Amino acid sequence: MKLRHLAFFTVGLAALIVPALADTTVTVLHVSDNPDQKAVWEKIANDYNATHKGVKVELKYLENEAFKAKLPTMLQSSDRPDLFYSWSGGVMHAQDKAGFLKDITADVASVESEMSPTAVDAFKVDGKVVGVPFEVGEVAFYYNKKLFEKAGVKAEDIKSWDDFLDAVKKLKAAGVTPISVGAGEKWPMHFYYSYLVIRIGGEHALADAKAGKDGGFKNATFVEAGKRLRELAALEPFQPGYLSTSHTQSSGIFGDGKAAMDLMGQWLLQMQGPNSASGKGLPEEDIGILSFPIVPGGKGKATDTLGGVNGWLVTKTAPPEAVDFLKFFSQPKYAQEAAAHGGYIPVVKGSEAYITDPLVKRLADDLAKTTYHQNFFDQDLGPSVGRVINDVSVSVAAGEMTPEAAAAAIQDAFDQQ
Amino acid sequence: MPTVEATYVEPVRRMSANGWATLVIFLPPALLLFTVFVALPMAEAAWYGFYNWDGYNRPEKFIGLKNYGYLIGNATFTRSLINNGLIIVVSLLVQLPLALGVAMMVAGRIAGAAVFRMIFFLPYVLADVAAGLIWRFMFDGGYGLPSVITGALGLAPYYLLADKNWAFSAVLIVVLWKYFGFHMMLYVAGLQGIDKSLLEAAEMDGATAFQRFRHITLPLLGPMIRLSVFFSVVGALQLFDIIVPLTGGGPFETTNTMVSYLYYFGITRMRVGFGSAVGVVLFLICVTFAFGYRRLFMRDD
Repeated sequence: MKLRHLAFFTVGLAALIVPALADTTVTVLHVSDNPDQKAVWEKIANDYNATHKGVKVELKYLENEAFKAKLPTMLQSSDRPDLFYSWSGGVMHAQDKAGFLKDITADVASVESEMSPTAVDAFKVDGKVVGVPFEVGEVAFYYNKKLFEKAGVKAEDIKSWDDFLDAVKKLKAAGVTPISVGAGEKWPMHFYYSYLVIRIGGEHALADAKAGKDGGFKNATFVEAGKRLRELAALEPFQPGYLSTSHTQSSGIFGDGKAAMDLMGQWLLQMQGPNSASGKGLPEEDIGILSFPIVPGGKGKATDTLGGVNGWLVTKTAPPEAVDFLKFFSQPKYAQEAAAHGGYIPVVKGSEAYITDPLVKRLADDLAKTTYHQNFFDQDLGPSVGRVINDVSVSVAAGEMTPEAAAAAIQDAFDQQ
Repeated sequence: MPTVEATYVEPVRRMSANGWATLVIFLPPALLLFTVFVALPMAEAAWYGFYNWDGYNRPEKFIGLKNYGYLIGNATFTRSLINNGLIIVVSLLVQLPLALGVAMMVAGRIAGAAVFRMIFFLPYVLADVAAGLIWRFMFDGGYGLPSVITGALGLAPYYLLADKNWAFSAVLIVVLWKYFGFHMMLYVAGLQGIDKSLLEAAEMDGATAFQRFRHITLPLLGPMIRLSVFFSVVGALQLFDIIVPLTGGGPFETTNTMVSYLYYFGITRMRVGFGSAVGVVLFLICVTFAFGYRRLFMRDD
């Protein structure tokens, strides 16, 4: 009896002490739905845990909307993650201003020199580095080669906005739904509006509007972008009921070959299969990529890109191991692995050579040659103005709101924040 | 004399000591819970309502009543208020009479009544979010219920949830479908509590079925009806879970309720101060209704 008691006591004590001695836990909070991407991350975390005794990296997932709603509260509690997913932009600036982020400028200088400078710059606030990017993306038109052929549309001939409108008309005439869009969630429509703004106003369009030049968001560029968007929507190019379609459904419509195009980020390639009725979607060789056309007279170039930059931010109270893991994570060998198997475009220079998927490769090439890369407007502007941009994009397209009223609504939201 | 005084005072003193003991033992836990989980959060929300605050750090930008000012004349908020009103109207004028009618049919000891009671009650058991998702598919113009009708008639597919004039009727249908069983159960319970001999006596006196319903069943069901109206209105004011998966407030923000408005325009946009102001307005409406209704109609219950 006595021995058993002692044994029991010892085990109990050990159970209490061992984790306390051994584990510094580094929690990483993310929102990724891409199974390939998650697999690569899990592998990196496992590698780190295996080679670093006494540290345990834990990946935690929250659904996108839940993440955005919960994060402000989490950061103020003792439950805050050590590293968390970020789209940079306005939200990141707010988090930094509130003092939740760690200045890691000196710590990560060595890994950042290996990365694409635009991506690195996205995670700086007033010259101070608060995060490390891991992926960049591009929004482009994905098109169905067979449907284009059926309608007699040649993708390589679509250079300008007018060419694009002609293609839409031809597709309609051939009985094909030209475009699938998940306007029920609004942000897919804001890709049209944002691209039109940067094609018309060029790389300074958004910065100028934010600075209040020429009436801020009420300036001619934003109004003109709205007019062009309405011009497209007036041709009724979208699938029926597009106002209630989610972006997931929209990717399935494209995957089923029920619409010829979808203006979307690189994740469409992983989504169009599982969300289609067949569960398989279009074979890769039937999908082509088309850059957003240029607008005649606009200041933007055909090689200017719109897309997200995602990275990890470090919270103020994170242990030094968190930054150490971030450096471990950013090694070229893992970026190469992500390029080969992760289904995303890593920011480490040279890793694009390891991309096997020809479509992802095309996007990576665009990004490597980009003349100007613009972050998503809704992320750049932060949640309050960003959501207004999304709302008005849908309203303008549907003819519910004039381009002038839309531009004024954005400016109002900007003034109110 | 002193003895008389003593015997007179003592019971009073003992009573009050007992009362104090009860107060000291039972009040603090309840008061503490109420303060920490009810009163403080409400006071905090009221305080946030005066600030332009994104939820980070402490609120600093005091803007007085501006958040409330934004609400006045805001088309989307007005629409949300109207929608809440519509749910109340449909609940009271359609849902409750229907629930009462069905309750009359399934309250008796007829074979199979229990099965029907269960079937009608099932939607209420289902989680609101699941109900919203299921109906989102049901209303889909491509493969849902409308597609059956448009397909049979050879018309173009109709997308109810994308129609800004009629999308809210989808919400009303789901609310009706979902909560009707709950009210039916309330009435079934009420009906089963009515003394049968009263109805039999009336029947022997030659009262018609309608007269028996009008003069016996309805008055005796009064407390239950008043309770069911109360639940209906308070539930309608707080409706949220169905909206998010079903319509997300769209198209063009025509299907929001006050709570979903609070969520979409306060929380997801990180305008916590503004959202708190909406919460305060909602709170005032609910409290006014709850107290007013109880004073006016539920006094005797």
